[in-house]
Amino acid sequence: MERGTIVKVAGPLVVAEGLASSKMFDLVRVGDEGLMGEIIEMRGDRASIQVYEETEGLGPGDPVEGTGAPLSVELGPGMLGAVYDGVQRPLDVLEAQAGSFLKRGVTAPGLDREKRWEFVPVVAAGAQVSAGDIIGTVQENEVIEHRVMVPPTLAGEIASIAGGNYTVTDAVATLKLADGSSRDLMMLQTWPVRVPRPYARKVSADEPLVTGTRVIDTFFPLVKGGVACIPGPFGAGKTVTQHQVAKWSNAQVVIFIGCGERGNEMTDVLMEFPELTDPYSGQPLMKRTVLVANTSNMPVAAREASVYTGITMAEYFRDMGYEVVLQADSTSRWAEAMREISGRLEEMPGEEGFPAYLGTKLAAFYERAGKVQCLSSDAGADGVGRGATRTAESEEASAARPVREDSDEGPDGAASAPRMGSVSVVGSVSPPGGDLSEPVVQNTLRVVKVFWALQDTLAYERHFPAIDWLTSYSLYLEKLRPHWDADVSPEYRARRDECMAILQRESELAEIVRLVGLEALSAEEQILMETAKSIREDFLQQNAFRDDDQFSSPMEQDRLLKTILLFHAKAIEAQGAGVTLKAIFAAPVRERIARAKYLTVDDLAVHDEIDSEIETQLVAGGKEV
Amino acid sequence: MAREYTTTRDIVGPLLLVEKVADVTYGELVELEFPDGTRSLGNVLEVNRDVALIQAFGGTRGANPAQTKVKFLGRSLELGVSRDMLGRVFDGLGRPRDGGPEIIPDERRSIYGDPINPTARDFPDDFIQTGISGIDGLNPLVRGQKLPIFSGSGLPHNQLAAQIARQAAVLARSDDAGKAGEKLEGEFAVVFAAMGITFEDADFFASEFRKTAAIERAVLFLNLADDPAVERIATPRMALTAAEYLAYTCDMHVLVILTDMTYYCEALREVSAARKEVPGRRGYPGYLYTDLATIYERAGRVKGRKGSITQVPILSMPDDDKTHPIPDLTGYITEGQIILDRPLHRSGVYPPMAVLPSLSRLKQKGIGPGKTREDHADLSNQLFGAYARGIQAKELAVILGEAALSDTDKAFVAFADAFEDRFIRQGEHEERSVERTLEIGWELAALLPRAELKRIKDTFVEKYLAADAGSGQ
Repeated sequence: MERGTIVKVAGPLVVAEGLASSKMFDLVRVGDEGLMGEIIEMRGDRASIQVYEETEGLGPGDPVEGTGAPLSVELGPGMLGAVYDGVQRPLDVLEAQAGSFLKRGVTAPGLDREKRWEFVPVVAAGAQVSAGDIIGTVQENEVIEHRVMVPPTLAGEIASIAGGNYTVTDAVATLKLADGSSRDLMMLQTWPVRVPRPYARKVSADEPLVTGTRVIDTFFPLVKGGVACIPGPFGAGKTVTQHQVAKWSNAQVVIFIGCGERGNEMTDVLMEFPELTDPYSGQPLMKRTVLVANTSNMPVAAREASVYTGITMAEYFRDMGYEVVLQADSTSRWAEAMREISGRLEEMPGEEGFPAYLGTKLAAFYERAGKVQCLSSDAGADGVGRGATRTAESEEASAARPVREDSDEGPDGAASAPRMGSVSVVGSVSPPGGDLSEPVVQNTLRVVKVFWALQDTLAYERHFPAIDWLTSYSLYLEKLRPHWDADVSPEYRARRDECMAILQRESELAEIVRLVGLEALSAEEQILMETAKSIREDFLQQNAFRDDDQFSSPMEQDRLLKTILLFHAKAIEAQGAGVTLKAIFAAPVRERIARAKYLTVDDLAVHDEIDSEIETQLVAGGKEV
Repeated sequence: MAREYTTTRDIVGPLLLVEKVADVTYGELVELEFPDGTRSLGNVLEVNRDVALIQAFGGTRGANPAQTKVKFLGRSLELGVSRDMLGRVFDGLGRPRDGGPEIIPDERRSIYGDPINPTARDFPDDFIQTGISGIDGLNPLVRGQKLPIFSGSGLPHNQLAAQIARQAAVLARSDDAGKAGEKLEGEFAVVFAAMGITFEDADFFASEFRKTAAIERAVLFLNLADDPAVERIATPRMALTAAEYLAYTCDMHVLVILTDMTYYCEALREVSAARKEVPGRRGYPGYLYTDLATIYERAGRVKGRKGSITQVPILSMPDDDKTHPIPDLTGYITEGQIILDRPLHRSGVYPPMAVLPSLSRLKQKGIGPGKTREDHADLSNQLFGAYARGIQAKELAVILGEAALSDTDKAFVAFADAFEDRFIRQGEHEERSVERTLEIGWELAALLPRAELKRIKDTFVEKYLAADAGSGQ
């Protein structure tokens, strides 16, 4: 391996000479302790290296060793439930090695080399396979079946394959390549983090990603394969919203990147997720989760790498045909890491000191999300050939997740359907001073389709989730319409739009009320104000810490809207018939509407009861008054 | 292996550029000797071939390029730690300032510390009783938390911090859901770091500690307004290194008070400007967030160790502006904030805590049966909500006149006033047990119509409303 020599050390940036044959983004080992670093600039044989660990104690003359390979992650069984730092060092293993504090130069492979997994082949010797084809499976845990694929760069004929217990580096099959040479296939693959993993083709994402959070699912929905951003000042609830999506979304795998955030928050996730139950599988949430934790006090260069590490893992699960949600909390810290490194490189800065390529990097990152047809031999013209194996798989897979509602999830679909997978990305942004005009927010908004704007004023009023219904948006509404019509109810969309209009009208009327008081409004407008309040309090507000409120299915959401709007319509009717506003607003049924959000789909009868109470109280009760 | 050079080329602000050096490492500690014989410490910020950039903690007054001696010490900035530090006063670089002898260290530790492995962290969930109702009742401090006080010039943050330091105590676990545990004595230590505050302020703290004998369990690091500004960059790290030793080696619960973080950040900006770095917002360096995080994130608990580090940093917001980079970035790292309010201060309420925008993110975890009392969470929610509603009603009354308020709203206005007067307001030397705080809370809740106590479980209302409210009157 090529050896160079350090000439300059400035914080996380090290410059070394004598690395002429190294390439951009190659991984290098810096100093006698072999600290991990990555080449990010080259001038002649001088390479600028960002170092993923503290550089204190390094000086000119210390060695740098090239590895000739780019920064990569290890992909294979054993990732689920793990906690990694930004460059995929397993933190629990580091703890076992070095104690409670992170010491320099301590390292461990991303995947356990000792652990044995039961490999079940799904192709036989002699089969022709190409890149991305599944050759066997490993039941990684009760929830996720790990599908071992042919690495994206290989194709050929399976010369031998055998089931059994293997470690990730054991050969499970031998592949005869077109040129006659043969290659051992193992369960472990590596992939450079900065290169998107290939797929057959990208398709339009159109299935809802249900999160169980009413304001999201009904008003600003996300699709599987979509991208969303959550900007908001501190204390507005970004992290809680992220956790809600991680906990309750109907994705199969969740990758959670704690990028430059609080250590105690990661601890919270680490302690809570193993305790929480995935509503779809009935298993602990941790079994479908990979955590990448690079807290704010851990080295800044590793923070820069952490989002790439996370999304590469997400793509790997996508390639198996899973629906993956990737959460990055917070992308602002990632951008700041870029800014810091860029500053040390003495690059000419763009806005607010951020590098000029901030927008490009953000866009390229978010673009790695999406719904794809996975790479495999039947991704081409004819979809036949390997259907039989996948039918077997589909039975296993669906047996593992009996509660999940949606049916077409990659290989679980019809035998001839191509394998599909998706990566949805939810990135939080922490704008300085809550100022949404700052570069990270603005560059993010250019690429994301869903915007959940968190407001601290709402948070002060203890309106949670503090997602501002007036400034947030989702561009997936139209795409979701067929699904909503078919799976929820044909009126769902219309109800949603009516509520939105009421909320919009409320904000206009609120101005008037502030100036001249509520009495200045017409009776109908006053009813509208009450309905808007009801939408805000009885629908939008949702308690993430209350068992019977934290998850609301689309059916329940629709039913709740129906009830609220029924009251609205009946109230206007009753008022027209001469009932006083006071009597309408004092109707006892309103108490029941307020509690309706705690009902479940099984309580549909209760909803009907409330509806009929609305009818009787607003009409009959009205006549009495 | 010390190497001495007199090859300084440039001196810019607090920085020296030294040429023709060999074997210098990043972060290395340097001893400088100026022509007039004064000595000062510095460290290496950057090393490029044989040129080293050094920041001088003592400033560069009296230095000249030709005669300044630069000695590289072959180690990084360290602090000698020992249990004997308790009761002592040090300067910003950890040298005795109280005229006492040097500490004989148990060990020497790099002041930069190592980050806690996230998997090794234990979640903070033990209540700390500060004896201050506004904190204990509404935004409780939890062991291992970092909860800053956002203040402004002229506000009594020092008094509040000193009161917290004096009164902070851990409570024993209680088996009775309706009773808080007893105060545990002797487990607490206070590490106090002053950055850039005046002699008077520092003296206030020192004499407060002395008066109450709290000094025996306190370590003070003082960098005053007339001490070298660059030294401030090291001061909080000195304090936290001492705190880590006391917490994780001596098994103590350590409360770290850092004041004033604003001056710390300004020192950082000074060095950054001298290095001609590309500035972020308001001239502060782009790495301010990361830098602050390496200080604040040293709070916490570690699995398998008895001690803990709780931080209460104080920062004065320039022009009371919460969106200024220093409070803003701090708020993104810390677990909540206590905000002091000028109007409340003007109306003579001490401590002038702005209850509504203040927040303790860990409060759910630190209160409840066994830790404080079963009704704590509900009552705190109710008080918070009622106070918010009272304030709203007051605003309405300003526009429309008091007559326009409904009877219920009037009750809330009365509640809000009483709340500020009896719950928030307390004496500087008044220590309220958490039980007493809750008792006052119930007395105030009694001012509201019974039907408005929606956020409290009925069983608690029945159990505590009459009993507590009655006994308090």
